[in-house]
Amino acid sequence: MVGNEWNQLSPMNVDPRQRTRLLAALYLAQEQFGWLSEEAIERVSERLTLLPGQVRSTASFYSMFKLEPQGEFQIQVCEGLSCYLAGGAEPIIDHLSNLLGIQPGETTPDGKFTLEVVQCIAACGSAPALRVNDMLYEHMTLESIEQLINSLREGEW
Amino acid sequence: MNARNLSSSSAFQPVLTRNIHRPGSERISIYLDHGGYQAVRKALAMKPEEVIEQVKQSGLRGRGGAGFPAGIKWGFMPQDSKLPKIVAVNTDEGEPGTFKDREIVEQDPHQVIEGVLIAAYAVGATRAYVYIRGEFFLGVKRWIKAIADAYEYGFLGEDILGSGFNLDMSVHRGAGAYICGEETAMLESLEGKRGLPRQKPPYPTTAGLYGLPTLVQNIETLACIPHIIERGPEWFSSIGTAESKGPKIYSVSGHVNRPGNYELPMGISLSEIIYEHAGGIPDGHKLKAVIPGGVSTPMLPADQVEVPMAFETLSSIGSEFGTGAIIVMDETTCMVEATRRISKFFAHESCGKCTPCRIGSQRIFEILDRIEKGLGHPGDIELLLELVNGIDGYTFCPMGSGLVNPVRSAIQHFRAEFEYHITNKHCLVKA
Repeated sequence: MVGNEWNQLSPMNVDPRQRTRLLAALYLAQEQFGWLSEEAIERVSERLTLLPGQVRSTASFYSMFKLEPQGEFQIQVCEGLSCYLAGGAEPIIDHLSNLLGIQPGETTPDGKFTLEVVQCIAACGSAPALRVNDMLYEHMTLESIEQLINSLREGEW
Repeated sequence: MNARNLSSSSAFQPVLTRNIHRPGSERISIYLDHGGYQAVRKALAMKPEEVIEQVKQSGLRGRGGAGFPAGIKWGFMPQDSKLPKIVAVNTDEGEPGTFKDREIVEQDPHQVIEGVLIAAYAVGATRAYVYIRGEFFLGVKRWIKAIADAYEYGFLGEDILGSGFNLDMSVHRGAGAYICGEETAMLESLEGKRGLPRQKPPYPTTAGLYGLPTLVQNIETLACIPHIIERGPEWFSSIGTAESKGPKIYSVSGHVNRPGNYELPMGISLSEIIYEHAGGIPDGHKLKAVIPGGVSTPMLPADQVEVPMAFETLSSIGSEFGTGAIIVMDETTCMVEATRRISKFFAHESCGKCTPCRIGSQRIFEILDRIEKGLGHPGDIELLLELVNGIDGYTFCPMGSGLVNPVRSAIQHFRAEFEYHITNKHCLVKA
């Protein structure tokens, strides 16, 4: 990149409020592309007049921005203290691992499910809790998890 | 205990959560039907400095964990500055055990919008940013609607209620980072950057968002404001203890029969919350330990639960009020495992800016993990204490000490259990 172009992209010439839109723009790109590929990051940086490095820097900091392809259903199981005390965490993670045939951090070969272990999701009063994409599921049991997975598999979500 | 009698909850009526069980409580019509947006009319008829004075007199302290007096913070906002001023609402609730803000954000957004209006008027701000934790998708959706409705009804925008006062407001969704609950990290995130805490001073009231004077307040703190204006500061300060005033939402989780959010007075005893409101401990088990204010506050052994839930009373016994998020652990709980789990959270959430927190939290987790697995060494307890001493006070933000507190207090109160684990290679409780 040479002189003029760099100047154009310099954050010094951009209203700082422009970058405030970055998190929202990353959510939109993630919804459109399924994950934040290099292409998605380039597109966001062009639209907001930011450097790709600035966009990547922000995207890589937050756990809800995914820099790798994800399953159609992202299952996030809480392993926090309150979920653990309510009988959640490992028993639920292991159960889901068996049901889906994948380890935490992996995606099923058919691209349907990604299993993720997360920290507290502010549902301690209704633990054990998990999230599927943006939906919160509370008071989970091994049985209700099995039903949930079956209904997701059959597309009855 | 005197304090318990003084703050007896028998006559207490919920204030902050009084509407949340009504169907459609998030809607502006329900809020208006139950007296909403009256306090802001009263405030707009007062001088801004009178509003600040009333908040000071109420004794309201921040509900986000630090407990800083709200009125004093408002007074720090410059009055003679030509710069635009900002109010930033902190709803990045992420402290394990805490789930009160989620309830407010989802069920009663207008109560907070009214609080923000009053705060903005008092400090002369014309722009408000509401930062909501990324996982609170429902809350974000409801806030987008709530803000649009507030504009439509003339509570936001230009010349609000004919007063000449202007305020614009927008909602911003976080993206999964506990550290963004720290006010300067939240401002970085609002600027679209990585959520790394800033050095203080300057404090946000001097140089906050985009370097402009910014008042950052937790959502529960702001929810108190309309009630203080409507009922008067004397009403608010009549509830609670000498240094901790007003109603408070306590999140109760862990080994209790009825976990949930309970709005009760400041100063109520921890045991009353656990045994009377949350229904006591299931299966006839005995209480072992309680975390009184979210996992970053020092844990208490069972014989200290008569303590009143107030800033000063908890500090006097070596703990902290924090967010008022109570995690109850019964006699079946392994304290090594509980501490290991807490340390994993901090190791995962350290933003990486400060070496003591970044590396210290990881090492503390590894040591607790090996003790829990029966692979601990003699000297591990001393090593843990050395590591927490190396973090305490050596980090930019309070997140470092957030791990120091649970580790130090667990060893202080339950050292024999850690020693048993190391010597016998298995758990004392679950042997």
